[in-house]
Amino acid sequence: MSGTRSVTTTAAPGRSATGSGGFTGTRKGRARAKSGDIGKPAPLWVRTVLALLCLLWIVPVFGLAFTSLRDRVDATDTGWWSVFTSPSQLSRLTVENYSQVIAQADLGTALVNSLAITIPATIIPILIAAFAAYAFAFMEFWGRDVLLVLIVSLLVVPNQVALTPLLNIYGQLGVNGQFIAAWLAHIGFGMSLAVYLIRNYMATLPKEVIESAKIDGASHYQTFWKLIVPMSVPALASFAIFQFLWVWNDLLVALVFIGPGGNQPLTIALVSLLGQQGQGWQLVAAGGFFTMILPILVFLSLQRYFVRGLTAGSVKG
Amino acid sequence: MTIKIINAVLAVLCGVGGAVVLFYLLNKLTDLFPRRMHERVKPYVFILPAFAAISLYLLFPFFQTVVYSFANRDSTAWVGLQNYSDLLGDRGFQQTLFNTLLWILVVPALTIVLGLLIATLADRLRPGGEKFTKTIIFLPLAISAVGAGTIWTFIYTQRPPGQAQIGLLNAIWTLLGGDPVAWLQLSTGRLNSLLLMVILIWTQAGFAMVLLSAAIKGVPSDTLEAARIDGAAEGRIFFAIIVPQIRATIITVFITVIIGVLKTFDIVYVMTNGNFNTNVIALSYYQQQFVNRNSGSAAAIVVLLMIVMIPIMAYQVRQFRAQEVAR
Repeated sequence: MSGTRSVTTTAAPGRSATGSGGFTGTRKGRARAKSGDIGKPAPLWVRTVLALLCLLWIVPVFGLAFTSLRDRVDATDTGWWSVFTSPSQLSRLTVENYSQVIAQADLGTALVNSLAITIPATIIPILIAAFAAYAFAFMEFWGRDVLLVLIVSLLVVPNQVALTPLLNIYGQLGVNGQFIAAWLAHIGFGMSLAVYLIRNYMATLPKEVIESAKIDGASHYQTFWKLIVPMSVPALASFAIFQFLWVWNDLLVALVFIGPGGNQPLTIALVSLLGQQGQGWQLVAAGGFFTMILPILVFLSLQRYFVRGLTAGSVKG
Repeated sequence: MTIKIINAVLAVLCGVGGAVVLFYLLNKLTDLFPRRMHERVKPYVFILPAFAAISLYLLFPFFQTVVYSFANRDSTAWVGLQNYSDLLGDRGFQQTLFNTLLWILVVPALTIVLGLLIATLADRLRPGGEKFTKTIIFLPLAISAVGAGTIWTFIYTQRPPGQAQIGLLNAIWTLLGGDPVAWLQLSTGRLNSLLLMVILIWTQAGFAMVLLSAAIKGVPSDTLEAARIDGAAEGRIFFAIIVPQIRATIITVFITVIIGVLKTFDIVYVMTNGNFNTNVIALSYYQQQFVNRNSGSAAAIVVLLMIVMIPIMAYQVRQFRAQEVAR
C-alpha cells in the first residue's frame, strides 16, 4: 500500500507513484523544495493565503453546524456568527433541534432507507466488476480492446440517457418506488467505473504471479479467488468508497425511481425540508447536518483509499 | 424499519451469493466444453454479468432514448425532428444552453486555478499542515449537492431591510452599507448563476487539488534544482517548468470537471429550480420529463447533451489508448 504499486494515473501516463494512497504520500527520489528547508516553516504569506482559503472553505460548514444548535428565537433573529459576539447565546445552544427534526421529518426512516439503498448498491457490483476486470487484465480474447474502449467511453455518459426508458420498463414490472429499482440502477450505472478502476489496478499486478499459478495447474477461476482478489483489495475498497458516497449523495436516481414517500432516502427528505423553511432555519440546518454525518465520517476515515481511487481513474458517470 | 434493514442485508447476501453461485455455475458450464475451447470461452463468461448490467442499464436505454427523441410527448407517434427544432427555437431553452455554456467556461477554469494554487502552496507546508489543509479543502467532496445547497442557503438567504440578516453574504453586504439583496433572484450579469457555480467549485476544488498535487510531486527534482541554480524566480519556475510538466493532469482535471458540470442537476434543482434564468441542460431534461411530461422533448435534450459529450468521449478514449501504450 505504499507508493510502490500504486495505480497509474489517467492524468500522467507512464509516471509512477503519483497516487501513493495518502495526501502527503511517499516521495520517491524527491529531494527538492523541502530538502533545504525541512523543519523550517513555510513563508508567512503562504501560510496566510492557505489559512484564508481554509477559512473560506470551512466557514459555510460552521454556519450550518452552529445554526443547527441554536434555539428557534436566536436562529430566526440573528445570524449564527452572533454566537461569538454575544456569548450568552452559548448557554442556549441545544441539540433539541436534532430530535425535533428527526421526529418531524421522519429522518430516522429516511436514514434507514438511505442505508437500505446504499449498502446493496455498493457491495453487489464489486464482485461482478472484479470478474470482468480480471478477464480484461489477464486474459486474451477477441474483441477485448473494443470492449475496453466501450467501457472507457461509457464513463462519460450521463445517467439521464437511460432514465426514461428504464422508468417505462420498471413501470411494466411494477417496481417503481421500491428499493430494488434503485439498487439495480446504481449497479448498472456504476459498473463501467468499477470495471475500469479495478482493471487499471489489476493491470499493475505482476504478471509472473499469474504465470506461475498457471504452471502450478491453477485454473483462472482459482487464480482469481486465491490470488487476484486478495491482492486487489485496495482497488476494491476505493471503488466501494466511491460508490458509497455516490449512491448516498445521489438525488436524481432517487427522485426518479423511488420518489418522495415512505421509501425516500435522506437526500429527498432534505429537499422537502428545504421547501418548508417556515418551520425554522434551525431545523433545516439540523436536518442538513444529519444527512452529512455518515458520508463525512466514512470519507475522513477512509480518505487514503478515496484519494487512491481518484488518482487511478478520475471520471465518474 | 427493521424489515427494511433485513431486506437490505438479504439483498446483499442474495446479490453477492447469487453472483458467486452464478460465476461458479458458469465456470462449471464452460468445463463441459472441450478442453481446448476453455481458454476461448472463459473470458466471455467472466465479463458476461458486467456487460449484461451495462447493456441493460446504459446501452439499450440509450438507443431507446434516441428513438423517443423522434416521437411525440407520450411516444405514440413519430414527429421527425420536431422536438429538436422546437427546443432550439425556444427562447427559454436557448437561455438554458447559454447558461450551460457559461458553467462550462467558468467552473472548470476556476476549479483548476484554485486547485493548483492550493496544491502548490500546501506543498511548501510541513507534512502535518499540508495534510490538514488538504483535508479541509477536500471535505466538501463528501457532501451531497443537496447538503451543499443547504449549507450555501445560509450564505445567500435574504431578509427584508430593517431586519437582521441571517445570511452571511447579506450581513456583510449590509454592513458595508448596501440594501439586502435576493442574490439568487438577481440574474443581472448572470450573477445568480455565478453564485450557484461557486457551490460546485467549492465541492470540486478539492478533487482538482488532489490530482494536481500528486502530479506536482511527480515533477523531477533535477529540473527544478537546475532552474533554481540559474536563479529563476519561484513564479517563473512554476509557469515555465512545473505547469508544462503537469499539462496532462491539468487537462484530465479539466475534462472531468466539464463532465461534472454537464451533469449538474441537483445544485440548481435545490437552489432555484431553474427559475430566475438559472436553468441548465441537465435540469431541463428533468423538467421536461417529470413536470411537463413530454418524453419526446426530454429525450431530445438528452441526445443534445450526448452530442456535446462526444468530443470529450473521443478525447477520453485517445488518452486511455496513450496510457495503455505507455504501460
